[in-house]
Amino acid sequence: MADVLLETRNLHRSFGGVHAVRDVSMKVPTGAIKAVIGPNGAGKTTLFNLIAGTTTPQRGDVLFRGKRITAWKPHAVASLGIARTFQTTKLFPQMTVHENVMVGRHPRTHAGFLAGMLNLPHTWREDRETQAKALEILADLGLAIHARETASNLSFGRQRMVEFARALATEPALLLLDEPAAGLNIYETKELSQLILKIRDRGVTCLIVEHDMSLVMTISDEVVVLDQGQKIAEGPPAAIQRNPDVIRIYLGDEHA
Amino acid sequence: MKRLRIYYPVLAAAILIVLLHLVLAVTGKIYYMTQVTMSAYYALVVIGLCLLMGYAGQISLGHAGFFAIGGYTVAVLTTHNLSHYRAASWAESLRSLGMLVQWRNLYEQDVLSFSPWVAFLAALLLAGVIAVMIGLPVIRLKGHYLAMATLGFGLIIYRIVLGAKLFGQADGISNLPPFHLVGSLQVNGRAPFRVQNYYIAWVAVLAAMVLGLNLIHSRVGRALRSIHQSEEAAHSLGIDTYRYKLATFVLSALLAAVGGALLTHYNGSIGPSEATVMKSVRYVAIVAVGGMANLWGTMVMGVLLNFLSLRGVFGSYDDAVFGAILIGVMLFAPQGLLRVPRLRAIFFVGRASSLAVQKLVRAQRAAVLRTKATCARRSHG
Repeated sequence: MADVLLETRNLHRSFGGVHAVRDVSMKVPTGAIKAVIGPNGAGKTTLFNLIAGTTTPQRGDVLFRGKRITAWKPHAVASLGIARTFQTTKLFPQMTVHENVMVGRHPRTHAGFLAGMLNLPHTWREDRETQAKALEILADLGLAIHARETASNLSFGRQRMVEFARALATEPALLLLDEPAAGLNIYETKELSQLILKIRDRGVTCLIVEHDMSLVMTISDEVVVLDQGQKIAEGPPAAIQRNPDVIRIYLGDEHA
Repeated sequence: MKRLRIYYPVLAAAILIVLLHLVLAVTGKIYYMTQVTMSAYYALVVIGLCLLMGYAGQISLGHAGFFAIGGYTVAVLTTHNLSHYRAASWAESLRSLGMLVQWRNLYEQDVLSFSPWVAFLAALLLAGVIAVMIGLPVIRLKGHYLAMATLGFGLIIYRIVLGAKLFGQADGISNLPPFHLVGSLQVNGRAPFRVQNYYIAWVAVLAAMVLGLNLIHSRVGRALRSIHQSEEAAHSLGIDTYRYKLATFVLSALLAAVGGALLTHYNGSIGPSEATVMKSVRYVAIVAVGGMANLWGTMVMGVLLNFLSLRGVFGSYDDAVFGAILIGVMLFAPQGLLRVPRLRAIFFVGRASSLAVQKLVRAQRAAVLRTKATCARRSHG
């Protein structure tokens, strides 16, 4: 766990007068599950967007495997091996589940416009491999029976699993999960935590923004706490649970 | 082979095209072929626009501009008389390369001009370059901002061809030579060449269909649809959304230019009416009525509606009809006429198995969602 996969250095972003993320520095070790917690508006999602390239920082740097990827475009970040899911699930609603996951193979395949139009033998061989690989990923997550369904027809929880499958299809080294348990019932949350552990055991590092404390405390190796854009604590879950600053922002002053 | 299944409709279309020829011959309406041929060239434009609008989800109200760039480029290059420079060394060397040709026009004048092949390639090159130049800034825009920017482009092209002497102003350019393809095949609008041109045009359309169908079923096609449905998610999966949208814009501009160049050779002339905004609106209306993300629907509607228009069925209400079609489609069948679940239900009611019913319900639900999404997108601007 000594290797650092992702590092942020003094990352800063404000919107108008609001400092969404203030000089946040943190390290995500290879193979770990790291959680980012904090009250609403603490800047967790902005932090994710800064890493994924959706938002550009005003100061500071993002390093992936020691390489500076600050302000890279999202597609370039994704091609490098960072996949993400969204707070509000963003599937391609009119595509089938299978197609959704096939789109996830994009950074691992090559056929361009000309190859696509001419549909040469190697082009459709690649496409067949994409189909097979996508199906394999769906089967692995127990979603194969939904392969032919239109994504928007699935239940909310299933849609989230498909979004997972789609992100995994890019074969990421780092997976960014933005509130994966939001809106899930306790059974689904339990399944989710099993899934995240399984993904980690296969060598995918996970960075999670989450409100569900029981999920965070049971699966994560390290926790970062943000409040009003600033990092106020970092450490293993047990230490975070005892940290007086953390207790104050979550429960109020009288409990500290 | 599963991959070949998408070509079955192409085969069916080819058979229908031959049947149409027979029907026209038997009923003595062989002269209809002229308008069918012209409509087929217009269909090339809407096939490209369908890829852009229906699949990549980007609108263009300037495609008549690209059609005109194709048409006017070949018109200028093949008719501009360079006889004056006959003796110049560059003219001689171009002539020895076959790039300049000597021919005799309708008025029995000797004309030295660029060969149609050179003109055709130049038209594609020019349309491509202009599409990149226009696309680089405007394709960043979304929704009606993109519509307005492309509309502005179309207006500029219209004013240029209407104003410039080089483009014949209001008269346009006429007396184009035929475009010799291979052997005795030539794009030529005169009556003796009617049948061969009917097939030349359809081969061009079916070739564009095959390329388009291949594309939409490929990795790129999936990427385009994903951009249409959630640009943010597509971007997060490694798809360079800007580049893909730009490339599709250029591709559709090239198809429009091909249609313009070939139709101009076929007609032997082109005028500024081909570059009007109403023509651009017509192309958009055809893609909409064809079902947006439906290449076959768009192609069929492209040929059918242009044919009716060219036969004068809409009379002096021609443009109004296309405007009305656009309004009607948006209101009552936002997913196109050939896709309305209700129509399907009417036609296939006899064999409505439970599976078909399920499919119908699903299609309807998707249609409702789509409409809602469109409304939401509109209201968010």
